[in-house]
Amino acid sequence: MSTDTPAGQARPGGRLLAGLRDGDRRERLLLGLSAPLLALVTALAITSAVMGLTGDNPFRAFEVMADYGSKSDSQVWIINKAIPYYLAAAAVAIGFRMNLFNIGVDGQYRVAAFFAAVVGGALSLPGVVQIPVILLTAMVCGGIWAGIAGYLKASRGVSEVITTIMLNFIGGSLIAYFLQEGRLAERDENIVHTEDIPSSSWFFEFPTSPDPVHGTILIAVAVGIVYWFVLGRTRFGYDLRAVGRSEPAAEASGVSVKRTVVTAMLLSGAVAGLVGMPTLLNESGNYGNDFPEGLGFTGIAIALLGRNHPVGMGFAALLWGFLERTGTQLEFEGYDQEIVGVMQGVIVLSVVVAYELVRRWGIRRQQRKVGEQLAAQSAAGGPNGPKGPHDSAEVSA
Amino acid sequence: MKILYGMQRPDEGVITVDGEQVVLRSPADAIARGIGMVHQHFMLADNLTVLENVVLGAEKLHGIGAGARRRILELSDAYGLGVRPDLLVEEIGVADRQRVEILKVLYRGARTLILDEPTAVLVPQEVDALFGNLRELTAEGLTVLFISHKLGEVLSVADDITVIRRGTTVATVAPAGTTPKRLAELMVGSELPTPQTRESTVTDEPVLTVAGLHLSGRDADGLLREVLADIDFTIHRGEVLGIAGVEGNGQAELVEAIIGIRQPDGGTIALAGQDVSHAPTRTRRERGIGYIPEDRHRHGLLLDAPLWENRMLGHVTEPPNSRGPLLNAKGARADTERIVREYDVRTPGIEVTAGSLSGGNQQKLIVGREMSHRPKVLIAAHPTRGVDVGAQAQIWDEIRRARREGLAVLLISADLDELIGLSDSLRVMYRGRLVASADPATVTPEELGTAMTGTAGAGVGTAEPGTETKPEPGTGSGPGEEG
Repeated sequence: MSTDTPAGQARPGGRLLAGLRDGDRRERLLLGLSAPLLALVTALAITSAVMGLTGDNPFRAFEVMADYGSKSDSQVWIINKAIPYYLAAAAVAIGFRMNLFNIGVDGQYRVAAFFAAVVGGALSLPGVVQIPVILLTAMVCGGIWAGIAGYLKASRGVSEVITTIMLNFIGGSLIAYFLQEGRLAERDENIVHTEDIPSSSWFFEFPTSPDPVHGTILIAVAVGIVYWFVLGRTRFGYDLRAVGRSEPAAEASGVSVKRTVVTAMLLSGAVAGLVGMPTLLNESGNYGNDFPEGLGFTGIAIALLGRNHPVGMGFAALLWGFLERTGTQLEFEGYDQEIVGVMQGVIVLSVVVAYELVRRWGIRRQQRKVGEQLAAQSAAGGPNGPKGPHDSAEVSA
Repeated sequence: MKILYGMQRPDEGVITVDGEQVVLRSPADAIARGIGMVHQHFMLADNLTVLENVVLGAEKLHGIGAGARRRILELSDAYGLGVRPDLLVEEIGVADRQRVEILKVLYRGARTLILDEPTAVLVPQEVDALFGNLRELTAEGLTVLFISHKLGEVLSVADDITVIRRGTTVATVAPAGTTPKRLAELMVGSELPTPQTRESTVTDEPVLTVAGLHLSGRDADGLLREVLADIDFTIHRGEVLGIAGVEGNGQAELVEAIIGIRQPDGGTIALAGQDVSHAPTRTRRERGIGYIPEDRHRHGLLLDAPLWENRMLGHVTEPPNSRGPLLNAKGARADTERIVREYDVRTPGIEVTAGSLSGGNQQKLIVGREMSHRPKVLIAAHPTRGVDVGAQAQIWDEIRRARREGLAVLLISADLDELIGLSDSLRVMYRGRLVASADPATVTPEELGTAMTGTAGAGVGTAEPGTETKPEPGTGSGPGEEG
C-alpha cells in the first residue's frame, strides 16, 4: 500500500526506471485514495438506507449536517475535538505498524493526564518551565503504563491485547483511589478534581473567532511530523516496520525483536500520554471525574480509518469530530442522534472491507504487470539481462 | 498450477476434466473435481495436530474422530507415509510435513494430484520410495502432475513430460525419447548448467571457525534433547564447505546458531579470528556474515514491501542504505536498480512488492543483496531450492565467483549434485552431529545418501566425534567432473 512506504518524497534516482516509477507512484496514490473514497460512499449509502428504513429523510439529514458542520463555531469545535483524537490515533498507529495492538491507549492517557495534572497543580513555576514539565510527566507516565505491557510481551510472551486491557482497568482503579478528597483531589460541588493548574501554565490559544483554537494543535502536528519522520526515514523506523511485516525475517536480519517491542510500546505510551493534554492545558486545567474517557478507543477507529498514515489520520480525526458535532444538531431536527453512531460504525467497517478489496486488487494488478513484463522481455530476447547468456539463445524445439 | 487448483482464474483458455469443460473458481471447486495439490510451500496450520490438519475443511468425509483416524492410518499404511496423527505440525520436520500434505490430498479423494517440487526435501532413498507410491497411484488409475526442476526425477517417474518456460509450453516429449541434457536445454533455452567447481581456491586462512558447538532443545515429545552436539569445523578463505543431511537433523539450528538467532549452550563461533559467540545478530552480519536463508519467504524477505526496502533488510546499518541513524532511500533505490540489472532480477520496477516476483527472481535479489556487502562468509541454506534452472545457474556462478575472490561458504543443501559439485569439502550431518566427511571429488550421490541415513557407506569416512577433522586445502581440487 502506498501508505506503508515513504514514497512520493524521494526523487527518482535511476534514469532507467524513472518513467515507469512515476507512473507507478501515480497509480499507487490513486489506489491509496480510492480505498477511503469507496469506503465513504459505501458508508453513506448504507446509512441512507438505514435512515430510509426508519422513515427519515437521509438527504435532508446530510444537508443539515453539511450546513451545521460548516458554521465557523462548528469548525473550531471540530478542530479542537480532533486534536486528542489525532494523538490517540497516532499512539495506536505506532503499535499497528509493528503488529502490536495497543488497546490500552485509553488507560495510558488517563493515568498520564491524572499524574500530569497532579504535578501541574502542585508546582507554580513559570509557564515556559512548567508546561514542558507537565508534558514530560504525561509522556513518562503513559510510557511506563504501556511499557509494562511491552515488557511482559518481550519477557514472558504475554499478549499485549490482554495486558493493555487489564491495565485500562487497573489504571481506572488507580485514579479512582487517588481522586478522592484528602488524597490528591479536592471537591467542588459534585466534581472531585485535582488541584487547579496555575493559569500561567495553560497552553496558549489561537485568537480565532468566535471561539479560540487550542494551541495544543501544535503538539498534534509535531507528533504527526515526528511519527512520519521516525517511521519512514530512520533506521529505527525501518526495524520497527520490518518486525511488523515479518518477525522471523526481521530477526534473521539482525533486529532485536524483543527490544523493538518494548521500545514501540514505550513510544506508543508516550504519545498516548499526550492525548489528555489538550483537555488538561486548554479546557479544564485539572483532572476531575468529568475528564473525558474513551478517547483511546476512538483513536483505534481513527487509526484504522486513516490507515496509520500521518495525514490520513488527520482527516479521519476531523471527520470524526464533524460527525459528533453534527450529530447533536440532528437531534434538534428530530432525527435520532444514534444515527451518527451508526454512521461511525458503518464507516469503520466499510473502510476495513474497502482497503482489503483495494489491496487485493492492487496485488493482482501488480502480479499481472510482472507477468506482462516477463512476457515482453522474453519476446524481445531479454534486454534486461546482460548477465544471462541463456536469454539470447532461443528455443529450438 | 494455481489456475488448475482454482486459486487463480485464467484470462482465457479452457480446462477440461474427464472430457467435461469446467470452471474452477476456488480450491474447493478443484477438490470437488478430484484435483488436489501439494504445495511447495506447505499450507499447514502449525498449531494443529496432523490429524486436525488433514481433516480441516474435509470434516464431512469421515468426521473428526475415530473414523478420520482410521482412514488416515489406512492411507498412511497403504502408501508407506508413516504419518503419526497426534503430533502437532510445528513439532515435525519438513519431510514429515510434506507427507502430511500428500496425505491431505489423498484423504480428500483426489483423482488428480498436483505435486509441486515434492522431492526437494527428500533424500534419494526417500525419493525412490515416493516414486514407488506415485507409480502405485497411477496404476490404480489416478493422475499425477509432477512439477520439478530435477530432470532425472522427471525422466524416471513421468509417462509424459511437458516443458514450460516463462509461462509458455515449450515442448511435450516422452521420457523414452529424450535425455536429461536435451530436457535441460529445452528448459533453459541453451547449454545445460553444471554445478561443478573447476579449480580449488582454498587457502589456509580460516574465516569461520566453529568449535564444540552444543545446543539443546525440546523435541516433539517435550523431552530435552541435543539438537546440536560437538560441531567442529573451519571454513577457510575461498572454501565451500557443504553440509549434507536429511532435513531436520540440526542444519537449520546450526545456521541459526551461527547467525545468532539461537544461543548455543556451549562452544565458540569465531569470525576471522574474532569471537562472535555472544554477539547479537546485527553485529555478526555487519562483520561479514552473508545469509541466504532456507525459507526466503519467512526469513529473507518482507513480502509486502517494495524491492528497494527488501534491499535494506539485514543491512540497514550499512551504506548505501543509511547514513547514521537516517535511512538513505535514494541510495538504496539506486543500488536496488543496480542489483536488478546486474543480477538479472526480472521485474517491472523496484516499487513492486517482493511477493509478486517469482521464486527465482526473489532468490536472485537476495543473492545480489548479500553479495553487495562483500561478506567474508556466506551461509547458503538451500540456495537454489525452488528456483528455475536459469536462476540456479546464475546463483551457482555467483557463489563460484565470490569463492574465487576469497569468500568462505557454508553450503547446506538437499540437492546432492549441488553439494558435490560446489563444495571443496563435505560433511554429513545426522542427529545434530557431524558424523562423516566425504571428498566431493570421489563421492557419489548414492554414497552420500546412504551416509545421510546414519550408516557410513563406501567412500565416506566417519569423522571421530570430538576431534576436529581439518579439511585439507586442496580437497576437491580434482577435475570435479562426475559425469
